[in-house]
Amino acid sequence: MDFWDILNYLAWIVSAILLAWMVIDTFKVSAEYSEDYLLSSREGEDIIPEDDDNG
Amino acid sequence: MANGETAASAGGGEQRLQLLKVLGPVHVWALGVGIVLVGEFMGWNFTVGKGGPEASLIACWFIGLLYTCVAMVDSEVTSTVAAAGGQYAQAKHIIGPLMAFNVALYLVLAYTMLEAADALVVGDLMSQTAAEFGHTGLDPKPYVVLSIAALAWLNYRGVAITLNVNFVITFIAFVSIVVLFFAAQPWDLGAVMHHEELMVGLPYGWIGVVAALQFGMWYYLGIEGTTQAAEETRSTRRSLPLGTMTGMITLLIAATLTWYVASGLLPWQYLGQAGVPLFDTARVLGIPWITGFLFIGTAFSALASANGTINDASRAWFSLGRDRYLPRVFGAVHPRYRTPFRSIVFLIPVAISFGFTGLLDQVITFSILSGLLGYTFMTFNMVKFRRQWPIGSIDRGYVHPFHPLPVITLFILCVATYFATFLGYGKTLLSVMAFYIVISVWFHFRRYQFVERGSQFTMPWPRPQGF
Repeated sequence: MDFWDILNYLAWIVSAILLAWMVIDTFKVSAEYSEDYLLSSREGEDIIPEDDDNG
Repeated sequence: MANGETAASAGGGEQRLQLLKVLGPVHVWALGVGIVLVGEFMGWNFTVGKGGPEASLIACWFIGLLYTCVAMVDSEVTSTVAAAGGQYAQAKHIIGPLMAFNVALYLVLAYTMLEAADALVVGDLMSQTAAEFGHTGLDPKPYVVLSIAALAWLNYRGVAITLNVNFVITFIAFVSIVVLFFAAQPWDLGAVMHHEELMVGLPYGWIGVVAALQFGMWYYLGIEGTTQAAEETRSTRRSLPLGTMTGMITLLIAATLTWYVASGLLPWQYLGQAGVPLFDTARVLGIPWITGFLFIGTAFSALASANGTINDASRAWFSLGRDRYLPRVFGAVHPRYRTPFRSIVFLIPVAISFGFTGLLDQVITFSILSGLLGYTFMTFNMVKFRRQWPIGSIDRGYVHPFHPLPVITLFILCVATYFATFLGYGKTLLSVMAFYIVISVWFHFRRYQFVERGSQFTMPWPRPQGF
């Protein structure tokens, strides 16, 4: 097994971690918050955000 | 409501989640140019194969005119529509739900397929790099998946970080084109570049010029994606037109520089079928650090494009969900990151499956045709917009000049490009048309009954003239 084979496995592992993180977070958020709240967005409402928590 | 600490107040004490308004003109530029710039690194050169180098330059400028019209028309309408979904939101308010549904699908499919094509490019670049180091036959699939997963994760975590990253990698890719241009010593014609010997006129005549129009779209395909950021810009009226128009100017410069350097160094027979023409041009130049820089530029341009297309496809999908054109679950906003998280996650396997087909040609053609259908819609949209909301009746951040000349020009160029596509990909063109007709029938007879007709129009617009 050379460097490129290891890199291939590494790419699969990192991809799996990132995908799993997103799926788990999606389920966690959906369980933690009410559906009405998550779907409360409306177009055309010019609202200034109260915080800039943007990852 | 479990937690309202990150919510925005919509007035009257009601807590609502909105997409985060943090973007400025620089982010809009990064989104538009980021999606497109990969087209200067590959794809545009098939125009040379269709009609020779001079036909490629004509296609570059004529399609540049098409996209300048697109940018002007889009900027005017979007400066009044502060809504995600871009052309979808425009179509919904100006034409009607069926057009809006189709436009949103053009957007989602065009961007998701472009994303897959970009990821395929990253995979191919990794395979080529491995081959250079003696490891032939490297499987590109892990890198296709990694590109999509990493960029989707970035998009999931926030729009500001996504477009900040896009600005940096797009800017580096643009600088690599400028550096290549100056390294070819344009001030000393004949020293490095040899246009006099390499220009061959029009080997296939004027029909070759028309045929070149289809791939000429690669120079600019995706700049209209800036409108998807409308709901997330701090000042839509100012940022959207400014970011879009400066993006278009950047692309016109990049496209012309790209054509000039590549056609002055590579014979047209090779250039017309090259996979990575700008990287090949750097290799012919023979300066190692510039070759390395162009490799980085090529990879960064593909990643920037995939990053921007994930942003745009997810906003269009999100808008469809929010208006119940699709199941409403897709209209959810992440309470912490304020991104359309379910739409982002849902489109990941779609993009990966397009990427795994490996059919780059077909994927690109479907993407181009979906884009072209969207531009054709813009012509009708603009005429109706000016009729129903004349100048002065609605607050516009930007008014495009010489109306209706840009609309007429856009329509004529779209028809010419349809004809060009029919010459090369007639079956694909008809298949795409048939697909959208079938999906329209489904939407009209099946899906539209679930749409809450009154609640989909929440923009504070005045009543249109004649109603």
